[in-house]
Parts: sequence; C-alpha cells; structure tokens
Amino acid sequence: MTTAPPLLLKVLCEPAAMAQLDERDWDLLLRQTLASNLAATLGLLAEEAGVLAALPARVQRRLGWARTVWERHLQAVDFELRQIAVALRETGVPLILLKGGAYAAAGLPAGAGRLFSDIDLLVPKERLADVESMLLLHGWAGTHHDAYDQRYYREWMHELPPMQHMRRASVIDVHHAILPETAAARPDPARLRAAARPIPGGDGFYTLAPCDMVLHSAVHLFSEGEYHHGLRDLFDLHRLLNGFGAEPGFWAALPARARELELARPLFYALRYCTRLLGTPVPAGVLEAARGGAPNPALLALMDALFLRALQPPHPSCADAFDGAARAALYIRGNWLRMPPLMLSRHLLHKAFLSPKAEPAQ
Amino acid sequence: MLTVAGLGRRELAARLRGPGLRLQTGPFVTCVQSPLAPLAESLAAMYADYPVLEEGSLADFHVRLSGSNGLRRLLRPQVHFHYDGMAPFQPLPLNQAFPMFEWAMNWCVSSQANSWLVIHAAVIEKGGVAAILPAPPGSGKSTLCAALVNRGWRLLSDELTLVRLDDGRVDPLPRPVSLKNASIGIMRGYAPDAAFTRPVADTVKGTVAHMRASSESVARAWQAAAPAWIVFPKWEAGAPAELTSVPQARAHMRLAENAFNYSLLGKAGFHAVARLVDAVDTFDFRYSVLDEAIAVFEQLLLERA
Repeated sequence: MTTAPPLLLKVLCEPAAMAQLDERDWDLLLRQTLASNLAATLGLLAEEAGVLAALPARVQRRLGWARTVWERHLQAVDFELRQIAVALRETGVPLILLKGGAYAAAGLPAGAGRLFSDIDLLVPKERLADVESMLLLHGWAGTHHDAYDQRYYREWMHELPPMQHMRRASVIDVHHAILPETAAARPDPARLRAAARPIPGGDGFYTLAPCDMVLHSAVHLFSEGEYHHGLRDLFDLHRLLNGFGAEPGFWAALPARARELELARPLFYALRYCTRLLGTPVPAGVLEAARGGAPNPALLALMDALFLRALQPPHPSCADAFDGAARAALYIRGNWLRMPPLMLSRHLLHKAFLSPKAEPAQ
Repeated sequence: MLTVAGLGRRELAARLRGPGLRLQTGPFVTCVQSPLAPLAESLAAMYADYPVLEEGSLADFHVRLSGSNGLRRLLRPQVHFHYDGMAPFQPLPLNQAFPMFEWAMNWCVSSQANSWLVIHAAVIEKGGVAAILPAPPGSGKSTLCAALVNRGWRLLSDELTLVRLDDGRVDPLPRPVSLKNASIGIMRGYAPDAAFTRPVADTVKGTVAHMRASSESVARAWQAAAPAWIVFPKWEAGAPAELTSVPQARAHMRLAENAFNYSLLGKAGFHAVARLVDAVDTFDFRYSVLDEAIAVFEQLLLERA
C-alpha cells in the first residue's frame, strides 16, 4: 500500500479540492480516473462543486470528451428502455431495474457519469419464461448456447443467460434473484419486489427501495470476483448513501433490512470501505449496528488487506507489490461464494477442459 | 521552444526510456515511453521539428511501446502497445514498431477526441482554405495528399480531419504521411527531397513507409483553416482527372460514414456535418496522373479567388 492515498480518492472525497491541483497533479489524476472509468463522473463532480470552469482548459477538454460519451450513453439507454417496455408490456410483469440501469432511469446521483454495458432486470422466477419468450419475439436472442452453460445459468445462477438484441447488440440480463441459487445467502426476492418503487414518469419501470438498492450494490461489489470496476462500484455506494441518507428513516432502517435479507456482511463491508476510502458520512449508530455483520478479526484483517488494494484505482500508480495477489485472491473468493466447493471445482474443471473455447468463461 | 531535434539523440533516448517524451502534435500532447532504439531513431527522423514539453506538463495520452520478454526476444521479437497500462491491440513483429506507433497515435485521437468531429480524411490547405479528402483505404487518398503537399499545399493531416464543433474550422494535426505499396516508390520519385522512413514489408496494410511532414506545416500547426471543398478521391488506371459534383445530402451521408464519432456526438455531430456540407463544394474525383490531379486543385483555388 502506498502511504499517501491516491489523488483520485482524495478528490472523490472532496471534489472542490480539484481547484487546487497543478498540471502535474492533473496528469496523474486524469490517468487514475480514466483507468477507473470515472472520467465523466469526475467532470460532473467538478461541475457540481462549482470548480469546473476554473480548471485548466486542457483538463476541461479531456473531461468533456468523456462527458460526450456519457451523454450519448444515456440517450442510448433511454431508447433501449423504451424498447424493453414495449416488448414486455403484454406480460404485465413489473419491471424492476437493477444497478446502472436503475440509476440512469431514476436520475439518481449514482448514475451521473456512469457507463454500463448491460441492462439488468429483476422479475419473478415464475414469470421468467414469459419474459424470455417476449424478448425473443422482439429481437433479443439468447447467448451461451452450449448445454453446460445453459445448465449453469438456468439451474444454478440467478439469471437467464444474457440476451443480446440481434440488430442493436444491446444486452439484457434478466434476473429472478440477486444472488445465485447455489450461494450460501439467499435474500428473498419476493421481499425485494414487494418493496420496489415505481420510477416517476418511468414507462412502468421500478427501482428497488433505497435500502435494497444499497444492499444490492453492496452484495454485488463484495461477492464479485473481478475488481476492475471496484472503485467505481464503491463510489456508486457512496453516492447512494449520500443521496438516500437525507431521506427520513433511511439510516435507521438500513441495518435491520440487511439482517432481514441475510446481507449484514456485505453492508458491513460497504460501510467500512466507503467511510475509510471515500469519507462517506455514516451516522455512528449505523456503523455500530452494522458491526453485527463483521467477520471475525482474523478474517477481517485479511479482507482489509484484499479490499483496500482491490478498491484502489486500477492504475500502476496505485498498485503495490501485493496488488496482483490481492486481485487474484478475490477472484477465487468470488467464485467460492457463488457455489459450494465441490460444485465449484467441477465447474472450473468443465470450463477449463470441456467448454468450447470460443465461448468466454463466465 | 524545445523540439525533438533540439533535445539531441541522447536526451531523446533517455526520455523515451525514462519519464517519457512529451510530444506535441497539433492540439494534442502525447507522453511516449519506449526502450526500443529503432523507434527512437524513427522518431528523431520523422518528428525532428515537433515541440517537446517538459516533464510534469499535462499529456492527453500516455503510450508505451515495448519489446518482448523472455524467449520471444530471441525467436520472433514483437512490439507491444500499451495505453497507460491497457493493451488495446495485439502485438506486431518488432520491425513494425514505427507503423504501430503511428497507428496508435491515430487511435488515441479517433477514439477519444470528442471536442471535434473526427473524419477519416486527409486535409490540405492553401490560401487559408482547406480541401478535405475522405476516402476508404486504397482509394489513393494519401498518395494524392502527399503529392499536393509536395507542390505547395500545406499538410493539415493525411488521416484525421479535426472539424471544430463550435465554428466548423479545421484544426491541423500534421504528422508523417503514411504511404503503402506502389505509392512509396511513386512518391520517392515525385518528391526526391522529402524524407521517408525505410519501408516495412508484410504489415496488415502491405508494405508501409512514412513521409516526413514539412517543417512549415509543423510550424503552422496552430493555424486553423476554413474548409472550402470536400473531394472524394478515387485513383483509376488511365482515368482523366475529372470532378463530378456530389449532391449535399449524399455528401452528408458519406461524411458521416467516414467520421469516427458522428453517431457518438449525436445532435452536435449532425450539425457539424450539415454545416460543413453547407459551407463547401462537394465532388467525386477520379484521377490517374498526379500532375493532372494537382492542376485540378489549383483550378479550384483559382475559381474561388
């Protein structure tokens, strides 16, 4: 671990500090930001903090390039959501958007500057078949056709194999739960759906309730195997917590809801690393209540060593000698959490030796 | 102003091996790192007149070209391109280091520089007005561009036309002109005083060589130009040099197809192309003999004056 925190973490905590940076700082900051996929976000943060116009012209230009990409992305997402709404209207299924798609559709601060590749939907498990066939009728095709992958998704995972539109190449992930069927924790999707909120003016789309959005983001980040977007996802949590923290009752409900959904551990990690790395203002009582989700001290020391590395900007200037090892360990852990050990070893063997090589390993 | 030539060979190599050479090309600064001696040599030859910025100044792009490690070094050595830690391209044989550098420099701009409409086109200037030559590879665009800049036109770019979104003027990005296959010999004969890199055979584009941009075009890289013509060139054996007018709507569509970020820019992209097409005369151009082609461009200039 380098001693001074990376510049990017510093300005994510305190965007107004961007006004004080010199050209040398900016050269490094922009590199860390681009590697973290946060360039459009940084520009929007500078604007929010009222310092964008005071930044060096070449910095503004660079941030502007990323902003153009994000604005186009939003436009494409908006179009795509309308197509999905049309395709699935007949099913009558309430369409709950997850993660990036939800932040964008609901105009949440967590969506500002954020790019994502797939639209994630949560629907009741018993309606999966209807949703899948209507999407097929409207031009989305299934991927992962090999029999093993089909079984992997349909029996073990919490989603259909990703569906890709044949002409626009956009991808939808249709989920029926937020964790795999084979994982140890199984947050009840019915509870999540029951608490979902319609997006005002949102074409019949819903988001999860504020607490659930935070918990889903947390469980996703902290059971992930691949941390290339770790910092960006942690910043999602930071923005969600800051935004919802102003809603009455949010903080009081969060730890209880986490226990109810068997997600006390990911909430503990989320609050720990948000406060440590991004200075997220979390009430002391909530931190205390979330401590119930903490692992034992030895495991916590290990997880600190891993997460405090993997959640740094994925840029050479932020990596120490153990960075690669930490990311590799988390990759193994991500798969470990997905399924029981025996099943995992069978899965990895199959992917290594039996799956057709053209299909990227999942 | 410090230039690559002014640095001297030793300092150039030291910067490339160490903190990076901050090289200004048109409106961009690229920090280039590379331990490869032949690449340093090509850079010294092709970029002698270009401004160099001090370490600690802001670079738009950070690129590194490195050789292979381990056994690869001995067997079939390759050159690897890294964009600030990422590797967006497959490595190429080591002798293609300079062409790879040029392609990577183009990629940096075409994939990111969204404050311009970036068109895959050569662009040249004379008398303050510019001709844009968009064309797919193999149409003779670079050859025609190389010929024109050796007969009094100023090189703005042979590959990337940067149209400003606010006022529609073209910002120069003069860099070495890329020549392929038969064009290399033709241009050596046509411009015996120009400097060329040694041709590299068997690249994805065939045999490739680069022609140095004139010192004047590099010195005037800050002078934007107003576009006056869009000419879609097509070399055809035995064809007389001939312009045919292209209707505006069709020219718009063809420009859009040749722009890297037309769709990404959305409304701004549409307006940039519409304004451009509105401001210029648009032609298809067939030619076979370079001198005849140049005469046609001189005629265009005369008719305008």
